Amino acid sequence: MHIHYLDPYHPGTSPVHILDPRIKLVLALAYILTTALTPIAAWPIYILLYSIILSVEIISQLGVWPILKRAALALPFILAALPVIFTVGESSLFTIQIGSLNVTGYTEGFERFISVALKSWLSIQAAIVLAVSTSFPDLLKAMRFIHIPRLLVAIFGLMWRYLFVLVDEALRLMRARAARSGISPESEYKAGGKLTWRACVTGGMTGNLFLRAYERSDRIYMAMLSRGYDGEIRAQSVAPVNPVSWMMLGFGLFAMISLLFFGLIFWG
Amino acid sequence: MFFSVARMHIPDGFLSTMVALILWVISIAVIAVSLRRVGRDLGEHQVPLMGVLAAAIFAGQMLNFSITGGTSGHLLGAALATSLMGPWAAIIIMTCVVSIQALIFQDGGLLALGANLFNMAIIGVSVSYLVYSSIKNISRGKTWGIFVGGFLAAWFSVMIASLGCALELALSGTSPANIAVPAMGGIHFLIGIGEGLLTVGALAFLYSARRDLLHLDQPAPAGNKIVWVGGLIIAGLLVMLSPLASAHPDGLEWVAEQKGFLDAAREPVYNLIPDYIFPGISNEAMATIVAGFAGLFLVFGVALAVALLRRTKKG
Repeated sequence: MHIHYLDPYHPGTSPVHILDPRIKLVLALAYILTTALTPIAAWPIYILLYSIILSVEIISQLGVWPILKRAALALPFILAALPVIFTVGESSLFTIQIGSLNVTGYTEGFERFISVALKSWLSIQAAIVLAVSTSFPDLLKAMRFIHIPRLLVAIFGLMWRYLFVLVDEALRLMRARAARSGISPESEYKAGGKLTWRACVTGGMTGNLFLRAYERSDRIYMAMLSRGYDGEIRAQSVAPVNPVSWMMLGFGLFAMISLLFFGLIFWG
Repeated sequence: MFFSVARMHIPDGFLSTMVALILWVISIAVIAVSLRRVGRDLGEHQVPLMGVLAAAIFAGQMLNFSITGGTSGHLLGAALATSLMGPWAAIIIMTCVVSIQALIFQDGGLLALGANLFNMAIIGVSVSYLVYSSIKNISRGKTWGIFVGGFLAAWFSVMIASLGCALELALSGTSPANIAVPAMGGIHFLIGIGEGLLTVGALAFLYSARRDLLHLDQPAPAGNKIVWVGGLIIAGLLVMLSPLASAHPDGLEWVAEQKGFLDAAREPVYNLIPDYIFPGISNEAMATIVAGFAGLFLVFGVALAVALLRRTKKG
């Protein structure tokens, strides 16, 4: 069993796939920052932000529905913001009776809750489009473009290269455990132990995985040495960003700054 | 259902921009220092060792054990990485794990990544180191020090990181402190026990397989003192602040407002649609509905236009 399906990247030929990964990363970050800075309850701005990301999703031909399904990942966290409805604000919106307790929901709190949920939902879609339409090596190039230290980028690169190997190894460990955890039909043999025992066994597996990785890193280091590695990170020089991409960047940033400007003026 | 909450990967949208940016700055500074320290200790070994161990912690988070009724526990890894590799390397390892989770798997937001790095890489590792190295010192190289230290380091790191997460949410005005702190703390009290047992299991395996990796009788490098102190300060602050904040949530809100952390309810410069009512329509409910439909049409209009444009281009 291999774990390549973990990689969210979907190759394609749409304009979103072709767009310079450096520009794509900057635009995605700018979109998330714009969403974060948009004032609470500036509903028209949220609608415009959604129409931006929706059109990008359509252009990318990745399918709106798969992206929406992935975006549901962040949904459970919304529980953390739920209490804000009942604590922030003055004008009461509704009252629920729980036993002898009267709980009042406030308009301001409700607006804040909906805004937080929308912001999180919009931001995660931008992150998904970025991850799904950009291959990891391209993302590494983009990371160097925004001045993430070369050493860290090299570590990211190596991590990615061995991630799937080690996840495969973890899955083999789990399969081995499952193979040895049969339940006997005879009732005098009990299957498995107590919770603490199960946790400690899983811990042992983790230690096992860690040790395998540690020893593997030694072999990788030897292999790197034998190919002339001397501690210096050398990366292929990357072509400069072409004028069309710069224009795309300028246009995108302009659109987001003006949205933000309107949002702050009218609802700030 | 509490899965994402329990894992404390904060998505985007939940932190105010101010809180997110401040934590980004702190995280970047600490990670830069760690990179330099690790480079000095490991030299050329740094890239392969850190990369593969980060992948191992990521993969190790997939190893789970059933708890009850469909829920399962798994490792977070900060305490294990700290006790085996030392604090600086552990910060780099956890940084890689948390960043890849955010960037590729959308586990945690990108703007919120600074805060997630702060909670899981910096608080997690420094508190782990504080507890683990202190208990190892007290035990004077005896075996029990590793296991007790490992368990408590794991429990405290998860617990205090979750308090940090709760206070960040409260400071952002997203979740009131008197609810966020007990809720997060309560869940992570249990998750911490799981983390502790997993860490002890892993250390026990390594104790019998590769005792040299545990550095039993070597004194800690002098440069690690600063992590110990940092862990003490963070742990002390969060442990003192959390009950205070949850007892006086208004106090925290007041601080937040004073510092401009909250998106304060200032008067808009100009009201385009006063009170969210569409201009020219007198009935309030009707106008709200019309405004809603106008928005809906806008979105689908744009989407439709884009889709049509693509079709004509192809044809």
